[in-house]
Amino acid sequence: MTEVSADLARQFGLNDEEYARVLAILGRTPSLTELGIFSVMWSEHCSYKSSRVWLKQLPTAAPWVIHGPGENAGVVDIGEGLAAIFKMESHNHPSFIEPYQGAATGVGGILRDVFTMGARPVANLNALRFGSPENPVTRRVVDGVVRGIGGYGNCVGVPTVGGEINFHPAYDGNPLVNAMTVGIAPADRIFLSAAAGIGNPVVYVGSKTGRDGIHGATMASAEFGEDAEAKRPTVQVGDPFTEKLLIEACLELMATDAIVAIQDMGAAGLTSSSVEMAGKGGVGIALDLDAVPQRETAMSAYEMMLSESQERMLIVLRPGREAMARAIFEKWELDFAVIGHLTETGRITVRHRGAVEADIPLAPLADQAPLYHRPTEFTPPPPPLEPVADPIGLGPALLRLIAGPDLCSRAWVWDQYDATVGGQTVKRPGAADAAVVRIDGHRRALALTTDCTPRYCAADPRAGGAQAVAEAWRNLTAVGATPLAITDNMNFGNPEKPAIMGQFAAAIEGMAAACRALDFPVVSGNVSLYNETAGSPILPTPAIGGLGVLEDAADAVGLALAPELDLVLIGHTAGWLGQSLWLREIAGREDGPPPPVDLAAERSAGDFVRARILAGDIRACHDVSDGGLLVALAEMALAGNTGARLAAGPAIPPHAFWFGEDQGRYVAAVPDGEALLAAAAAAGVPALRLGRSGGAGLTLPDGLAISLVELRAAHERFFPDWMGSPGAEPDPGG
Amino acid sequence: MRAGIVVFPGINRERDMAIALERAAGHAPRMIWHRETDLAGLDLVVIPGGFSFGDYLRCGAMAAQSPVMAAVRAHAARGGYVLGVCNGFQILSEAGMLPGALLRNAGLRFLSRDCHLRVERADTAFTRRYQQGEVFRAPMAHGDGNYFADDATLDRLEGEGLVAFRYATPAGQVTQAANPNGSARAIAGLYSPNLRVLGLMPHPEDLVDPLLGGEDGKPLFASLAEAFAA
Repeated sequence: MTEVSADLARQFGLNDEEYARVLAILGRTPSLTELGIFSVMWSEHCSYKSSRVWLKQLPTAAPWVIHGPGENAGVVDIGEGLAAIFKMESHNHPSFIEPYQGAATGVGGILRDVFTMGARPVANLNALRFGSPENPVTRRVVDGVVRGIGGYGNCVGVPTVGGEINFHPAYDGNPLVNAMTVGIAPADRIFLSAAAGIGNPVVYVGSKTGRDGIHGATMASAEFGEDAEAKRPTVQVGDPFTEKLLIEACLELMATDAIVAIQDMGAAGLTSSSVEMAGKGGVGIALDLDAVPQRETAMSAYEMMLSESQERMLIVLRPGREAMARAIFEKWELDFAVIGHLTETGRITVRHRGAVEADIPLAPLADQAPLYHRPTEFTPPPPPLEPVADPIGLGPALLRLIAGPDLCSRAWVWDQYDATVGGQTVKRPGAADAAVVRIDGHRRALALTTDCTPRYCAADPRAGGAQAVAEAWRNLTAVGATPLAITDNMNFGNPEKPAIMGQFAAAIEGMAAACRALDFPVVSGNVSLYNETAGSPILPTPAIGGLGVLEDAADAVGLALAPELDLVLIGHTAGWLGQSLWLREIAGREDGPPPPVDLAAERSAGDFVRARILAGDIRACHDVSDGGLLVALAEMALAGNTGARLAAGPAIPPHAFWFGEDQGRYVAAVPDGEALLAAAAAAGVPALRLGRSGGAGLTLPDGLAISLVELRAAHERFFPDWMGSPGAEPDPGG
Repeated sequence: MRAGIVVFPGINRERDMAIALERAAGHAPRMIWHRETDLAGLDLVVIPGGFSFGDYLRCGAMAAQSPVMAAVRAHAARGGYVLGVCNGFQILSEAGMLPGALLRNAGLRFLSRDCHLRVERADTAFTRRYQQGEVFRAPMAHGDGNYFADDATLDRLEGEGLVAFRYATPAGQVTQAANPNGSARAIAGLYSPNLRVLGLMPHPEDLVDPLLGGEDGKPLFASLAEAFAA
């Protein structure tokens, strides 16, 4: 029997002060199982002990918000009696150790957060950050993560419709895998997790429990050292087939009146689901671990309470519904076991083989969870960028930019994700600024995007936080959707370092300002800290998942250019080169302040563009982001296989005009450019004519013509060249 | 048209197929759980795409042993029509109802993108609304679609006119570049000798609505609706 001590508690991630609090709550030395429960519930991953004080600043309310943060996922009213349920969550640490399973189970976990609330999942997205392509490890991580996302999502039959990928050496030892799921439910049939009804049965459904993933939440709450590989046994293994059955069985049960409360067993498995369900409901819970379906022999109470075996759910049923519920799960060939009941004790009691293995009062476990006001040290603002000369000219710069890892075609990645299953995907990856997914049986559609520009966040976390929210809002707007709400996935380094906590606090401040200005509240989210390896942190990465709605899917526009249209730039261009990709890739510098976001101008430009799209004036639309205006035009030309002739810009250096990354801008392709310019002037929105579409290449204002064939060859080369050769391990299933 | 869709655990394109069939026929098809064995009264039995039983053994191998497959075999033996798409094609192949096998894609990766199919004959119940040699676009989404059979079998299939569709360029040329998964002789779809069982890998059911990118798949379902309009 392991001796519980302050020393062991430290190994479990509890500091001495936290362990002293455990002793005070219990009035005795905890058992090993109890120590395990405290350590995971009070881990950064489950308790948000470093981030809670800051997260409170984010606006979370709007008339259309049904459930904000605090539930398994956020819920917004999308009209016609429907609700969209969505969340994004990280699986960063497991994905570095075991990329395939880490990414796969990340998808599985976020799917469960959404269908546990009663929604049928209709779309997946993912926001990925990888280390430098020159680092030999990166190729293996990209291969495994992409296969893992596809392997899981393709099998469960939820289309993967969008996402983003960045490369930067700061992610060399710590890639980010942020997975987002969106589901649809009737607005009056949302399932919550608060347990109720003393004596009601507590039911375990899904896969059997094994020893996989024990202490995963604790792993996600510490930095990696040189021993990251040795942590492989704490990575869970995914079974998307069982997940598919679990979705169908849960939705079938949810159509009855049997369920009081339901929650998936995610991080910290049976511990967090039982503690949170009972705690939220203000009741006690008694568990009998002998009844838990087990796939390994001689598991201890400690192992069962901390296992992170996948594809499991905990349900509180109304009395007398057990037989009916059991029949549904048996039809789907899933385990179903009554493993306990609700009590009036206000305690969690865990029995195993005749002994009480844990007996903890729930209120102090939640109320006395550590909460830290960690010291913050704000990032000093970067000095302004002096004028930078253009060393190579527009055409060569364009070809180099669109060929680079951050701007090249992602087709190699998308081709491995099933984007059409479900038969509702209106805009697939690459076809528009946001994915558009129609709602089965309705004209209405969802628009979905993920966004963040980590290099901006590193240079100025406040501006970067605002920019991430604004870009999500802009991408939804560019397809014609009304943006409704976001989910945020806050990926940062070690919060015990004041500089990191300062990045976090400033990013939240910027996000909050943008959310308020754009009526774009945060309804769910996830915080992933300690993203450091050997003391070296990632770039601050507050990834934003945005959701908007179109009343009629037929109104959605994509970015593909068609011939014989006027090209009009909406929004103001100062020629901002600080932190731009042009500056990094062409001038070889990563400095200057990032482009500021003028939230009032953002809003007026976006509202104007959306109104013109819905009026039918705009045939194609693309926001101007990474790489600037000329990159945006090249992307539109390639998507539509249609060239354009571009006129000279205003009186600023051409490279600053064509490659600056000023915010709040869109390129609109319209049959009548004059009319759009007049409408923009009337609305007080800056706009200028860029040129006209047509032909088989881009003709630049300096007279240089680049054929679409040459552009495409440059744009599509990177991933196949880098990843093309087969030989990595095959993924399971077909 | 009285159509039924067989649903195995892990199948995930049954809804897509139901939408396409309903658009063509004007009424919803019957959904058939894999434990059912009564297919009486159906003109057409469809086995849709997905990952039956997770495809953890060979793709389609578990489903081929499921109780409903005996009934599907009997339905085909009575001269009934059967359509298997993607995992459905793999299941028909594992069940021995169509020859050959679907191997891992030549590139060893799952491939989800549009491909072009050339209609090899336009005189069947499945293709009467297409033209002979016509090319249509269809999304593909599979990891194991690389059709394989020995040369004698391939020669026989071609000789008997049982190749339904080939991967081709938009202009209708059969080239290596247009054959995304390395299938033998670019075969994307196959008929049984009586032309009443069709298996194919790509998903015409996902391209029956202009809003979703086109209606290239619609003639296949319109053909079936017309054939069973009586």
